[in-house]
Amino acid sequence: MAVLVDANTKVICQGITGQQGTFYTEQALASGTQMVGGVRPGKGGSRHLGLPVFDAVQEAVDATGADASVIFVPPAHAAHAIHEAIEAGVPLIVCVTERIPVLDIVGVKRALASTNTRLLGPNCPGIITPNECRIGIMPQEIFRRGRIGIVSRTGTLTYEAVEQTTRANLGQSTCIGIGADPIQGMTFCDCMALFMDDDETEGVILIGEIGGEAEEEAADYLQANPSDKPVVAYVAGRFAPPGRRMGHAGAIIQHGTGGAEAKIEALRAAGVHIAESPVTIGTTMAQILVRG
Amino acid sequence: MHIHEYQAKQLFAEHGIPIPEGGVASTIDEALQIARDIGGGAWVVKAQIHAGGRRAGHFEDAPQGEGGVRIARSITDVEKAAKQMLGNALITTQTRPSGSAVERVYVERACDVQSELYLGMLVDRRSSRVTLVASAAGGVNIESIAEKHPESIIKYAIDPLEGLGEEAARSMASKLAVEKEQASVTTRVIQTMYEMFVELDASLIEINPLAITTAGEVIALDATLTFDDNALFRHQDILALRDQAELHLGELEAVQHGINYVKLDGNIGCLASGAGTALATVDAIHLLGGEPANFLDVPPVAQVGRVKEALRLLLSDPGVASILVNVFGGGIMRCDTIADAIIMANRETPLKVPLVARLAGTNATFAIRRLKDAGPDIIFATDLADAADKAVKAAKQTKAIQRRSWWQRVRGVSG
Repeated sequence: MAVLVDANTKVICQGITGQQGTFYTEQALASGTQMVGGVRPGKGGSRHLGLPVFDAVQEAVDATGADASVIFVPPAHAAHAIHEAIEAGVPLIVCVTERIPVLDIVGVKRALASTNTRLLGPNCPGIITPNECRIGIMPQEIFRRGRIGIVSRTGTLTYEAVEQTTRANLGQSTCIGIGADPIQGMTFCDCMALFMDDDETEGVILIGEIGGEAEEEAADYLQANPSDKPVVAYVAGRFAPPGRRMGHAGAIIQHGTGGAEAKIEALRAAGVHIAESPVTIGTTMAQILVRG
Repeated sequence: MHIHEYQAKQLFAEHGIPIPEGGVASTIDEALQIARDIGGGAWVVKAQIHAGGRRAGHFEDAPQGEGGVRIARSITDVEKAAKQMLGNALITTQTRPSGSAVERVYVERACDVQSELYLGMLVDRRSSRVTLVASAAGGVNIESIAEKHPESIIKYAIDPLEGLGEEAARSMASKLAVEKEQASVTTRVIQTMYEMFVELDASLIEINPLAITTAGEVIALDATLTFDDNALFRHQDILALRDQAELHLGELEAVQHGINYVKLDGNIGCLASGAGTALATVDAIHLLGGEPANFLDVPPVAQVGRVKEALRLLLSDPGVASILVNVFGGGIMRCDTIADAIIMANRETPLKVPLVARLAGTNATFAIRRLKDAGPDIIFATDLADAADKAVKAAKQTKAIQRRSWWQRVRGVSG
């Protein structure tokens, strides 16, 4: 088993005729993912890369039975594309587009609240269950099917964790990039819950970074829902220059969260093993699993 | 994107949030004229820079002197304040150590304040909603009050579908212990803040304080307004308010080239793609006892020219003793783009310090071959651990060579 996506997942691409949509649809097809169609308003009825193109998400879902949609629509129209997929009842939406205005995503989050749709992103690299389904922009060649679940808040650093688990002969069950924007769809906690219930996943790697309080929330979640599976975390930015302040309001609302040390402390208190350096993520997990 | 207080107040006035009469001046004469036009016997002169803590700050030439917000009780006082502020660097806890140059002062009518409220609005990650943060205890100590008396802070997450209705805003105003006469103005201010937040794609609106004067007026004495950079494409009018002078020279270049660059104190120049990888690169160097010269993240969509500019930015820093390029190709970022940028930069200005390259992921093998063929002397690394190690050692070596050649020069002169 894996989480969220597998060989049976049928995927459509919103923005399939664009440069990125085209490139990553080709890549997904080449790695055996069931791409079943695309959406591009005004180009309905045509074909692209051998796949049917539709004017609207609802039409695409009706015709193909798609249960996932990947979005490569430019920032100005991306939120609209997500809303359309939510309204069409797509169970999993992966939004790769970055630089979407945050208020647009506030609206998206509100719309998601009363549905069963799951959103990954925005500004996320996607999700891969090796050898079964590849959605998004992650480089395929570094993956190897295995026993570690990876959930990451930073795009490219995800690949670092993947490469290290591959080199340590652990491999990945599923790797999920949740995105780096202040407001996002699925959280660490949502993904952690899925991995803890997944038979194939023997350990979970969490890649966080400074800012926000997603890591603190993950720590709270693990305190409340203890598991036998080891969790290894790396939090990027221990030596980072101080970030931009969001006025007094930011300081008041964050009340001491957000810094690397606070995050590491919270995770440690929840029983998480901390990889001190970004170069020891894979070896830290390997040592724990060998020790048993 | 930040704007100045005078610009924020202008926007407040346009939207109907009451502000004291005032104007912006870039010369002493202008400041005096504004004060005379306002009339009365007391004014406030405020340095216009993009940083908080102005009142408690000091000017570069007077470490013990007054800060960037002053009460003037005569025209002569206005002149004195404007004279010291204009063209001088104001240093506060939020500026860089050298301070920010003051190019403009804002002169406004001084008010007799009876009480001060705090109003802030931002997007709260936890609730995923625009959230009002307010307190009856506004003023300079708001953060310590929030820490010691968290119960005195009111928070209200606004449902984007419902907006901020009059009833909700009124209930907030009444919690701020506002007298009945002032409640309706405060209610209106809170509602207007939300309207502006949504209309202008703000990321922060702060009024500290919203003052209640002895005459019973409700008035915004300060204004902070920042905007969501990702939404500027739909706000050309806001974009026009940007003050280029507020950016550090290197940072300005970086902004122009779409690169995320922050100058640090060390001597290892870092170039990475992706913010997380850039942070991790800095961490890895630190953990080996090295000191990064900067944080630099080139976005994955960067073309060769942009990456070359980023490299040039590193190479032009005289303090850099080695360079570490750490790129994990994936998505749109391909390693050959990085290789070509290194080759181009080296052709324009040959590398004077060792460059360590760790290229992995998409097109890495191809990129490394290209670099080897093109000839610049590059130290290749197999992974991040190897790369950080080599960059730290190379920086030490450069330093040792520099010390030796300095010693030889000294001996050459004396002997």
